[in-house]
Amino acid sequence: MSGTTPPTVRLANEIARQFHHQPPDTAATAIATHIERFWDPRMRTDLQHHATTAPESLDPVALAAAKLVGS
Amino acid sequence: MTILKEPDFGTPASTSSTSVTVEVDGIPVTVPEGTSVMRAAATSGIDIPKLCATDSLEPFGSCRLCLVEIDGRRGTPASCTTPVADGMKVRTQTPRLEKLRQGVMELYISDHPLDCLTCSANGDCELQDMSGAVGLRQVRYGYEGENHLSLEKDTSNPYFDFEPSKCISCSRCVRACGETQGTFALTIEGRGFESKVSPGGLSFMASECVSCGACVQACPTATLQEKSVVQLGMPSRTVLTTCAYCGVGCSFKAELRGDELVRMVPYKDGGANEGHSCVKGRFAFGYATHPDRVLGPMIREKITDPWREVSWEEAITYTASRMREIQSSYGIGSIGGITSSRCTNEEVYVVQKLVRAAFGNNNVDTCARVCHSPTGYGLKQTFGESAGTQDFRSVAAADVIVVIGANPTDGHPVFASRMKRRLREGAKLVVIDPRRIDLVRSPHIEATHHLQLQPGTNVAVVNAFAHVVVTEGLVDAEFVAARCEGYEEWASFIAQPENSPEVVESITGVPAAEIRAAARLYASAGNAAIYYGLGVTEHSQGSTMVMGMANLAMATGNVGRDGVGVNPLRGQNNVQGSCDMGSFPHELPGYRHVSDDAVRTVFEGVWGRSILPTPGLRIPNMFDSAIAGTFRGLFVQGEDIAQSDPNTAHVTAALTAMDLVVVQDLFLNETSKFAHVFLPGTSFLEKDGTFTNAERRINRVRPVMAPKTGKHEWKIVCELAAALGYDMPYKHPREIMDEIAALTPTFAGVSFAALDRLGSIQWPCNENAPTGTPTMHVDSFVRGKGKFVPTSFVPTSERTTRKFPLILTTGRILSQYNVGAQTRRTANIAWHPEDVLEIHPHDADVRGIGDGDSVTLASRVGATSLRAVLSDRMPVGVVYTTFHHPVTGANVVTTENSDWATNCPEYKVTAVQVALRSQPPDPAEAADELTAARERAVID
Repeated sequence: MSGTTPPTVRLANEIARQFHHQPPDTAATAIATHIERFWDPRMRTDLQHHATTAPESLDPVALAAAKLVGS
Repeated sequence: MTILKEPDFGTPASTSSTSVTVEVDGIPVTVPEGTSVMRAAATSGIDIPKLCATDSLEPFGSCRLCLVEIDGRRGTPASCTTPVADGMKVRTQTPRLEKLRQGVMELYISDHPLDCLTCSANGDCELQDMSGAVGLRQVRYGYEGENHLSLEKDTSNPYFDFEPSKCISCSRCVRACGETQGTFALTIEGRGFESKVSPGGLSFMASECVSCGACVQACPTATLQEKSVVQLGMPSRTVLTTCAYCGVGCSFKAELRGDELVRMVPYKDGGANEGHSCVKGRFAFGYATHPDRVLGPMIREKITDPWREVSWEEAITYTASRMREIQSSYGIGSIGGITSSRCTNEEVYVVQKLVRAAFGNNNVDTCARVCHSPTGYGLKQTFGESAGTQDFRSVAAADVIVVIGANPTDGHPVFASRMKRRLREGAKLVVIDPRRIDLVRSPHIEATHHLQLQPGTNVAVVNAFAHVVVTEGLVDAEFVAARCEGYEEWASFIAQPENSPEVVESITGVPAAEIRAAARLYASAGNAAIYYGLGVTEHSQGSTMVMGMANLAMATGNVGRDGVGVNPLRGQNNVQGSCDMGSFPHELPGYRHVSDDAVRTVFEGVWGRSILPTPGLRIPNMFDSAIAGTFRGLFVQGEDIAQSDPNTAHVTAALTAMDLVVVQDLFLNETSKFAHVFLPGTSFLEKDGTFTNAERRINRVRPVMAPKTGKHEWKIVCELAAALGYDMPYKHPREIMDEIAALTPTFAGVSFAALDRLGSIQWPCNENAPTGTPTMHVDSFVRGKGKFVPTSFVPTSERTTRKFPLILTTGRILSQYNVGAQTRRTANIAWHPEDVLEIHPHDADVRGIGDGDSVTLASRVGATSLRAVLSDRMPVGVVYTTFHHPVTGANVVTTENSDWATNCPEYKVTAVQVALRSQPPDPAEAADELTAARERAVID
């Protein structure tokens, strides 16, 4: 499980779980803001890479957030 | 300075605001109502002879030495137990009193060995002093009759001796154990002539004594005496400094004889501890001079090479050139640093400056990542400041105390003593913890509610508390309306049925009625205070839980005055300070985000370098990036990440993947096995700087001795920066603090001079609060309005399975500290020679495990072995251990799960299996196994 999941995907999915009670758009924006404030740029780039190459690995809200994140 | 002896006023100060004026030996003196005659006399400069009285203890009136005459009153009352009255006229020296006192003293001396010249207390003995003070010139009674002179000495405690033949039965030790420490391990056994001090009829070591040293400090004779004083002699000079163990940050008098440290004595004027101590701070300082310390720098090309001792210049030049090579090949962001919560603010500040200004990135993090980073996040979001709200004294005004995920009697013992005092006075206690910690039921204390929740369900419980508050009309509407925002949205969320105690009961395991009762108690108290520890933060929802507690405090108006608040009990001595100093990769000193252009501009102006506006890597991200190959060089200041961080195999794989690991520490710790450069660090006894404790109190750390390594740690970092082409030309740590103050608004009024003048300062300290801020958010929150944040309960993804059916939770014990690097190198090892696994008798029984059996502990990431101790402190299904010994390697089994907001590891919830081990482990074999496991992990 964790051994094969890329760390950025795991972390983004963990964050997404915390925002499931919110409407998807609101949640995605909040997650993207959180990632921009706390993640190193290389992690953001890595997340965006996975969002492009393996979107199924991401929670839908995390995926939406990844698309909002600036590099 | 020469030896510092604080004045002893005989009895505690009165807190009354009403004054009365009395006359003592013709001298008028005005004191608060309720002050004793003894204290009033001492205030006017007249010391009345005393033996059983000391101002840290309530008056007892037993020694009959402090008798006085009072005009208009009959007899000769004891001045310690007699309160002053307005207009009272007291005489402390009359022929009648002289005769009475000499008679009393004669009796004491008639049963006391007169070996003053060779006694270890010679020069520091109140019995000796009082004999002189009362003018004793003869003892008419010989030793022919019955006496206590042949009573056997108890040397069982590693730090102090008990010599009952010298005891005068003044009860100061017994009262100190009860009143000051709150343990009640000592008693007076027998009556009349048979009366004697006893640790429950046992030896000190076998008794319930926690070796806090309060009895030793209170003893007026050599009856209870530090072994170091017996061995080395009475100290002759004092250096005031600060303990380097837990986040309480006790002030100590380091007492020396020449250059040799004889003993550490808690300082009565210390704001955090007010004269109290614990076994670690009081006695466990021997590690500072332990032969294991490495005193010279060393380097090696590969971690399989032997270490090579080199000069400081070579070590620093080598480090700088390797760092630059890595950056040249892999980019600016390929290196970083970790600061230490055991180092001073000044030492931490220069490391984060080294990373930001000399490395040119924000890859700096601190060991708070693995403990209280959720506190920083959660309290910043809700209150606007990443720090606790109160000073420690505040607990004395609390009516209800809620302890969540903390074990103060073990982790923060000196604060626990304050708390226990208040509980004995009648404050109610609620404990929320899966484990039945000592505080739940201890002498004269019993928790009104112990909510023994399932690990990982904190948020469900705090939401249920808030649900009760909101739905039962217990909200402080006036406070909320005036001081907070976001209430309506939050209240609507929290009032939903899924947050009710009845619904969460099946998740938390806590009966709904118990939660309702506890919530009502908290909400209806005059003052209700929350104290919490790593049992809150080290969860996948650590930050959410911190916000949940803040919500609860705001909803009930329990913020902004004495006796209330949300208070983190910080693990290490300078966790607060290391965070304050800009150790997080997203924040500059003072918790200001790196993306803030205005803040960056200020720092860039002083530092002369550009600062990146984007966050750097956190510690877990560093490990992940190292394995991914983008992070290749690490400077580690005083943190043993290979032992303390979760999922040891993952950590060691990351360390092995790096091209350069630089360790700055006292000892060759576990991390240094993966290091290429070892830079020897200094102990707290050598440091010159400041620590900031859990109540935001900045204390001076003064050098007791010169650096044994020949170089201060801040100086090493400055020289490394210079070798990297960036000058940090500080001549003294006070200049570093001056720069911190110039750049950090909350520290604006802090300087070494101000600290020397005020003793200590609680930040914020600036022109609005020139002497500091004991209580925060008094009139408004730091962020303006307190912000309610909805806190949905999201269960951890770490679940029990058929293969791993138990939950492991971790913690610490009184005698040991963190990874044990310090305490394992002291006599404290006598109390905890190994980590053990506490397991419920039912769980043990079904596995065929008996008390003391060797067991394997396995999770999905690793396995270790240790000895089982059967205990019903935990509920069925939960096991507990500590991580003080590298041989056990408890973090071999903890996982990569972390707090969603901060990546603080979820140490408190790991699904495990426990099985009987066929052969008991040999410690050396266990160490080999651990090493082999790590190597396998690296190879895999």
